[in-house]
Formats: sequence, C-alpha cells, structure tokens
Amino acid sequence: MTTTAHTALSTRQAIGLVAGREISSRVRSKSFLISTAILVIFVAAAIIISNLVSSSGATDTTVASVGEAGASLDGAPGIELTMVDTVDEAEQLVLDGDVTAAVVPIDDAAPGTPAVEVIALDDTPVSLVQALSIAPEVRLLQEAPVDSGLAFLISFAFGIVFFTAAITFGSTIAQSVVEEKQTRIVEILLTAVPARALLAGKVVGNSALALGQILLIAVTAALSLMLTGQDVLLSDLGPAAIWFVVFFAVGFVLLAAMFAASASLVSRMEDTGTVLQPVMWLVMLPYFLIIFFNDNDLVVGVMSYVPFSSPVGMPTRIFLEQTQWWEPLLSLVVLGASAVVIVAIGARIYENSLLRMGGRVKLSEALKS
Amino acid sequence: MLEIKNVSKHYGDRRVLDDVSFSVGGGRLTGFVGGNGAGKTTTMRIILGVLGADSGDVLLSGSPLDRDGRRRFGYMPEERGLYPKMKVHEQLVYLARLRGMRSGVAADKADELIERLELTERRDDPIEKLSLGNQQRAQIAAALVHDPEVLVLDEPFSGLDPMAVETVLGVLSERAARGVPVLFSSHQLDVVERLCDDIVVIADGRIRAAGSRDALRESNAGSQWELQVADDAAWVRELPAVTVREFDGGYVLFDADEAAAQTVLQHAAKRGAVQRFAPRRPTLTEIFREVVK
Repeated sequence: MTTTAHTALSTRQAIGLVAGREISSRVRSKSFLISTAILVIFVAAAIIISNLVSSSGATDTTVASVGEAGASLDGAPGIELTMVDTVDEAEQLVLDGDVTAAVVPIDDAAPGTPAVEVIALDDTPVSLVQALSIAPEVRLLQEAPVDSGLAFLISFAFGIVFFTAAITFGSTIAQSVVEEKQTRIVEILLTAVPARALLAGKVVGNSALALGQILLIAVTAALSLMLTGQDVLLSDLGPAAIWFVVFFAVGFVLLAAMFAASASLVSRMEDTGTVLQPVMWLVMLPYFLIIFFNDNDLVVGVMSYVPFSSPVGMPTRIFLEQTQWWEPLLSLVVLGASAVVIVAIGARIYENSLLRMGGRVKLSEALKS
Repeated sequence: MLEIKNVSKHYGDRRVLDDVSFSVGGGRLTGFVGGNGAGKTTTMRIILGVLGADSGDVLLSGSPLDRDGRRRFGYMPEERGLYPKMKVHEQLVYLARLRGMRSGVAADKADELIERLELTERRDDPIEKLSLGNQQRAQIAAALVHDPEVLVLDEPFSGLDPMAVETVLGVLSERAARGVPVLFSSHQLDVVERLCDDIVVIADGRIRAAGSRDALRESNAGSQWELQVADDAAWVRELPAVTVREFDGGYVLFDADEAAAQTVLQHAAKRGAVQRFAPRRPTLTEIFREVVK
C-alpha cells in the first residue's frame, strides 16, 4: 500500500487547510474584492470630503469700508476689506451682493459704542460684528470636553464598522456551513477531519478575513486623516482604534461560532434567514444602542462590559477618555471568557447537527450529546 | 479485509439494520444490492463512521476502526456533492490533503485521475460548470484521489453512460487488483452481476444472501437445465420425469433431477449434435427476487 504519501494530519494542520480554503475561496470572489474596494473608497472619501466641506465654509467675509470706519478691520483674519468713498456707494455694493456687509461712520453713536454702523442685506454678519467688538480675556479652568458631535461620529463609526463586518463575515461563515451541508460534501469531509477542526478552520479563516478588512479600514482612515491634516484627531483616536481592533478580533470569534452553529441547524440556503435572526439581532443591538444612547454614560458604560456590545462600547469610552487603565483589560477578559464558553456550545451544536439533513434541527436536540 | 459484524441500528422505534454481518475481501469487487430503504446507505455510513451504530463493530484487518483508519477510506456518499465553485483539480488536491497527503503528491495523483477519468479538458473548470456525468466522474475521483486502502461507493454507476461505466469500472478493477477491498451499492442488478466478484443482498435491514457471485448462482440454481441441439427438440416432452418450461426449435428449458437430465443428454447425443447442455444458473435478478421474498 502506498502509505508513504500519507502523513498523520494534526488537528492544527487540518484547521490550517480548512481556514486556507475559506480565505482563498473568498479572496478570489469578485463580489468580495469589489465590496472591499468600495468600503475603502467610502471611508477615505467620507473623511476627505467632510474635511473639504468644513474648511470651505470658512471663506472670507467681504466688507466695504467708508473712510476710516473699517480701519480697525484691516488685516483681521477672515475679513476682506474694500475701500469706498460714500455711504451710498457702500449700500449699493451690499445691495448688488458684491460685498457681504459695509462699515460706515455715524455721528450719533451711543456713548461707549464704536462710532460706526454695520450695513448688511438681510442677515447680521456675526463674524464681522465680533471682529468689531471688544472681547474680554477668557481663562478656562478645565480642558474642554470632546465635542459632542465628534463623539457621536466616532461612536457611530465604531458601531457601523462592527455591524457591517460582523454581518458580512458572519453571513459568509453561515453560507459556507450550509453550502457544505447542502452539497453533502460534509459527509466526505467528516471522514477526513473531525467536525471541530472543520468549525475551527472556518472560524479562524473568516476571522482572519474580517480582521484584515478592519485593519485595512483603520489604515485607510489613518492615512486619510493625515492627508487632510487632521493629525490631532488621529492621535486622539489612535488608542481607541487599536482597542477596537483587539475587541473586534475576540468578539468576532464569538459571533462566528454563533453564526456557524446556527447555520448548521438547517440544510438549505433558503432556510438560513430564519435561523440566523437571533444572531443578527445580537449584532444589530450594539449598533442601535450606540446611535440612540451615545450621550448616555450609563448605557455606554454597561455596553462596554456586555460581551456583544463591548467592541463598540469600550472603544467609544476610551475615545471619550472616560476609562481607567484597567477597564478595557477587564472587559476584554469578560469578552474572552464568553467567547470560550460560546465557542464550546457552538461546537457542540455544530457537531451534532452537521449530518442531520432535511428539516431544521431543534436546538434542544443539537445540544444533546 | 473489511468486516461488518452484528451491526444494528434504530431510528426511534424503526429498526433499519438488524444484526448485519458480512465481509469485503481484499482485492475483490463486492456488490451491495437491495431495494430502496433496505439499509444500504445506512450500512455504508456506519462503515465510514459518519453515523454511529447502536451495536456491532466494523473491523479492518481484524482491528476496530478509528478515525485515523477511516481517513484511508475512499467514500462516495449517496448524495453527491463537491464544492460547486471550486475547480476540479484544486478540489481533488484539497480533499487529498485533508486526508494527510502531501501537496505535491496530491497534485500528481489528482492529475493522474483526471486523465484516467477523461476529465483533462475540465481540469480547471468549477464543478458547477460540468455536465452531470462529468460531475459524477469528479465525485469518483474525489473518492480515489488519496489512494484509499478501502473503497466504499454508494451507487457509483448511477447517472453514467455505458462508456463511462466501463471507464469507472476499469479504475475500480485496478484498485481491487492492488488488493483494495471495494464495496459498492447499486440497484442496477445487471451491472452488479457483470462486475462483481462477491455479492451481498440486503432487504429490510437484514442480510439475505452473501458470498461469491458464482457460488450464489450455484446454490440458487435449483433443477433447471438448458439444452440446445441442431434439430427440433420436441422429443424432450415425451421423456419421463421431465417438465418442459420453454421450448423454441432446437432450444429447450426443462425441470428435471440430475438422473433424468442425464437421460435427456444421452437421448440428445444419440439423435445428433448437442450444441449446449448445462444446468441453468439463475440471473441475479431472479436470485434477488427469490431471497428478498
């Protein structure tokens, strides 16, 4: 017998082979490549365009000045001065839209106010009025908290990246499980490798893909921020983003096991929708919570410890600088421990359901040994 | 030698296998025949370990099988399936490597089989693009690619055209000639009759007959004889202790015991040239009908 060609396959080798197939079959699919490219372009475009829009809003205010009325504005930031001779001429320029406002001298100014009048069309030119006002010195006793709008954007970004990646790669793993059941190749596979190695290979392969995509997005976002000169934001975001990647890596393993176990209960692609619903809700929950409660410290605080939402909740709190140094570590331990338990339960369900064809396997049956 | 010993299996209250025992000799093609739902597929799945038996053992060369032993099996399940989007060659290599074959060796073996099964032009096409017949060939290749030490094939010939049956049969015979026990199920009894060295008949979860094809036909031969002479054979009707079953010119089929049959032969020899005289062996279909009653 030609036994020399065979070597005993270790479990690790088996997992490696299965994971390799998962990755290569995915990476080669056009839909995956296109969707990844779209995602990267979308992230880069969102950052660059929002930067361009916000800086283009700060165009100079054009001001016509009669005589010495606007002299104090000369050289003021954001103000472009045009000298005219008469008040009528200045009014005409404002009416024509050639300038936003005009500054003209008046004689009957109230005591303590400047002896000038600002003329504008239908809107008070705030920046001009501010420039003409005398501002007192301001001393802040505390550092300003992070802008709440920005905080929402960042937490929303964590939420949506987690949500899309988990759904995309979770569905991929579910499809891969059902495909093997539907085509019955699983019977051949199980004569070669144990069910657990098959499951582990799928989880490892798809987690690697998901993590790879997350890293690609992180790098794209970082490069785009640097390109648009938002280095300050980048350095604030850095630690939170790194924690997000770490939490995602562990959290996705947990979700992947749930996706695979749920999918193994059915034998046909058409039936996957219903069995995946509970997992889908678990994935969507942190996304909706962060949108509706992102300014509620209590909710976000709880989210940052609950295994399914901590990949979104904890990085958000880290960005807002609300955490002690040990908090992300504790939450990560909670997440890791839950992942171990869920993967064990998932493996049992998977193992018991894999060869049951036809109708949907009941969860209680799948959990029996 | 692969041995199935006293295997029983229940699904709930329904008994699907009842004390099933038979063996598959090394170097022999063994046909496993039975009607739909007789227990063929269940038996094969138990042999492969994808299904557990309630009781009984599966032994290879006298020792119980474990996962490592079964990894050397080649298996073609009843329900066909390979990865639809994976290319033929790539898929064969993957399956061989899962069974512990080194990738270089696996690639060579896959190419060898692809050529042997006349799939060369389809080597790099995804399975889903192949015709059903070619998918079937690929499935057979998947069962053989890792040079299995035992082959268990569920209905390997269904869906193949006569030419493909010959090709596949050639490949299986080669494997058997190398000493591999080959067990395959079929309900095409004529195919089994022509191809198999040994036959196992199962009905309602019980083994009804098992043994070499020739011995089986011999033991079920009964007392029918065939005679072919050059002239008209109508005279056979006149002889004592003979009942004619069929008659057509020089051909006659009759029931008789050994002594009466010899008398017929002597008469025939006196009358002229005897072209053929032999006990009539039943076809597998007839045996099957008889034993599953």
